[in-house]
Amino acid sequence: MTFWLLLTVNSVTFGGLLFLLSAGFSLIFGLMRIPNLTHGSMFMVGAYLGSTFLGGALGFTLDFWAAAIISALEVAVLGALMERLLLRRLAGQQLAQVLVTLGVSFMVADLCLMGWGGDPISVSTPAGLGGFVRVGLAVFPLYRMAVIGIAVVFAIALWLMLERTRLGAMIRAGVDDPQMARVVGIRVSRLFTIVFGLGAGLAGFAGMIGAPILSVYPGLDQDMLPLALVVVILGGTGSLLGSFLGSIVVGFIYNFGQALLPELAYFVLFLPMVLVLVLRPQGLFGGRLL
Amino acid sequence: MSRRLTARSISRRTLLAGTAAGATIALTRFPTPAIAQAAPFKLGLLTVKTGPLAQGGIQMEQGVLTYLKEKNYTMGGRKVDFVSADTGGNPAGAKTKAQELVERDKVDVILGPLAAFELYAINGYIQQQKMPTLSLAAADNLTQRQPNPYLLRASATSSQAMQPMGHYAATELKLKRVVTIVEDFAFGYEQMGGFQAAFQKDGGCVVNKLWPPIVTPDYTPYIAQISGCDGVCQGFAGSNPLRFMKQYATAGLKYPVVTGETGADDALLKSYGDEAIGLVSACPYTLDLDSDGNNRFVSEMLKNYNTVPGFYAAGLYINCEVVDAGLQGAGGDASDKQKFMAALKAVSLTDTPRGPIKFDHLNNVIGNIYIRRIGREGAKYGLKLWNKTIKTYENVSQFWVWPEQEFLAHPVYSRDYPPLTKC
Repeated sequence: MTFWLLLTVNSVTFGGLLFLLSAGFSLIFGLMRIPNLTHGSMFMVGAYLGSTFLGGALGFTLDFWAAAIISALEVAVLGALMERLLLRRLAGQQLAQVLVTLGVSFMVADLCLMGWGGDPISVSTPAGLGGFVRVGLAVFPLYRMAVIGIAVVFAIALWLMLERTRLGAMIRAGVDDPQMARVVGIRVSRLFTIVFGLGAGLAGFAGMIGAPILSVYPGLDQDMLPLALVVVILGGTGSLLGSFLGSIVVGFIYNFGQALLPELAYFVLFLPMVLVLVLRPQGLFGGRLL
Repeated sequence: MSRRLTARSISRRTLLAGTAAGATIALTRFPTPAIAQAAPFKLGLLTVKTGPLAQGGIQMEQGVLTYLKEKNYTMGGRKVDFVSADTGGNPAGAKTKAQELVERDKVDVILGPLAAFELYAINGYIQQQKMPTLSLAAADNLTQRQPNPYLLRASATSSQAMQPMGHYAATELKLKRVVTIVEDFAFGYEQMGGFQAAFQKDGGCVVNKLWPPIVTPDYTPYIAQISGCDGVCQGFAGSNPLRFMKQYATAGLKYPVVTGETGADDALLKSYGDEAIGLVSACPYTLDLDSDGNNRFVSEMLKNYNTVPGFYAAGLYINCEVVDAGLQGAGGDASDKQKFMAALKAVSLTDTPRGPIKFDHLNNVIGNIYIRRIGREGAKYGLKLWNKTIKTYENVSQFWVWPEQEFLAHPVYSRDYPPLTKC
């Protein structure tokens, strides 16, 4: 019983973290059709920057949440710069975009290794969330519960942004028909920069939120990127609801697959992705932005 | 990405001179010491400076450079020309770089590589090239059932420290039922095989063996399977032990945890938090060893790199000590590979950073294994946590307490050996 409860709680938590990671990926792909393979790097850079701020790199020690937000903003700026300077020139050339983003991800990995060294960095859980609640036999780690809460808050905030704001309306228009959006006077190119920055910032934020669970180490980017890809393919690109449900589904598959069929852990994780690609390429919830 | 750290032009010139005067090659069959000693001794290192294994790989290079600096770049009376190569931490890279070191750089000896699968990848090649290689990697069988006469291991086999750990867990920690968990690769299988064999010999029982993939961001699904036991043995390497210990504590588990040389490496102490307190480990090297050899090594590492060394740096520093002593034993002449190899094998040192070492007839080290427990007490060098030595097993061989023939009659430790039995 404890076993099932622990796995269920963990599946939802991991799903929450995956949502924070993959929502940005999904938005970027949905609007710009760029398969951004630096997404894992953004996650890792966010975690590295955040852990450095925690350690007092700015001359004073930031608390965990402030560090997470500042590192997310910095990663957002990096993302926006990358869109302006590199990807803008490659509009519409998917192969070139894949190669450039892949290349940049390797370069970022090497720079991180140079800057932060190879030693893994352990990030302690924010004050007040270190413990866990015991209900009967079940253990609910507070921080992991908080991650679920954060994911839900972000899901709602993103939904409101897309649904209720002018920016959201422009993004939706851009996703549906970029040419028509241009015709009616939306500056789609500026929209691209904003969305790319937003997506990158979300990934950076997720990196810092994930750091107390995953720690920060060279190779974290390559560990997380495939998971984001699976989520987005399962959920459908450009669909917020798809990312959310896809994340939870992958969280469950990942946890229960590894616990029940450890020999087939990867097989179980990637099989649904293959099936969806073959049978329903638009993803389970694809085609709708919400 | 190989990099020459000294005397780039000299090495080029020697190489050119060597090829130009092709006739002299015939002479090297009857080497005269004067000629041999004039040329620098070429020391090659296979390490990993990029990717997830880089932390250990960078320490390896620091260990070598610390030794060379200390000895003013001389070994056995000869000037040393050092070439470092980055394998990228994969078998194909290891093979390519080993070939470069042998065929282009013409090194006299190779130190490294880091990982067992890299060593397996170059094993046939170094044997064919008769290239003396002092490995850090721990692929058990290469000094056991498939010995390679040109491979010398001054570090340890994968199971060498885990066997005493099994004994300690059963007899002193009084653990009865243990769940093992380690990455799903050769180093993991061999570690846990050794632990299980020794633990069960002394009356313990391994109730379950878990094998997460090397890349596992979240260990919780595996931790959920830990039950029905009174202890856990983890054998994680690289940054994985850090994540495992944290997630283990977060899941609310309290069983005592034991581990081998990578799971509580001294270089990890600065990254660990309170979740690691109480972790008991077995390691061929311990930062805690208060001996002249170790104090000198640690203070040089702190001076050169401002970093606390762990097993990887110590292992390579010790490899250098062995090469130095072997080269002295061979009269400074490394041109006859067989003689040089015999001289290396005969090396016996009393005061290395890990204490006394010598080699068995299969070229594997016999040395002390230290049992340590992580706590706050005695922490030095600005660390908050410390591996305190609580027991020393002296002169441990790769066969532990078993007679060699009995040990070698079993298959090599693997995922399925020893098998999981009901107990």
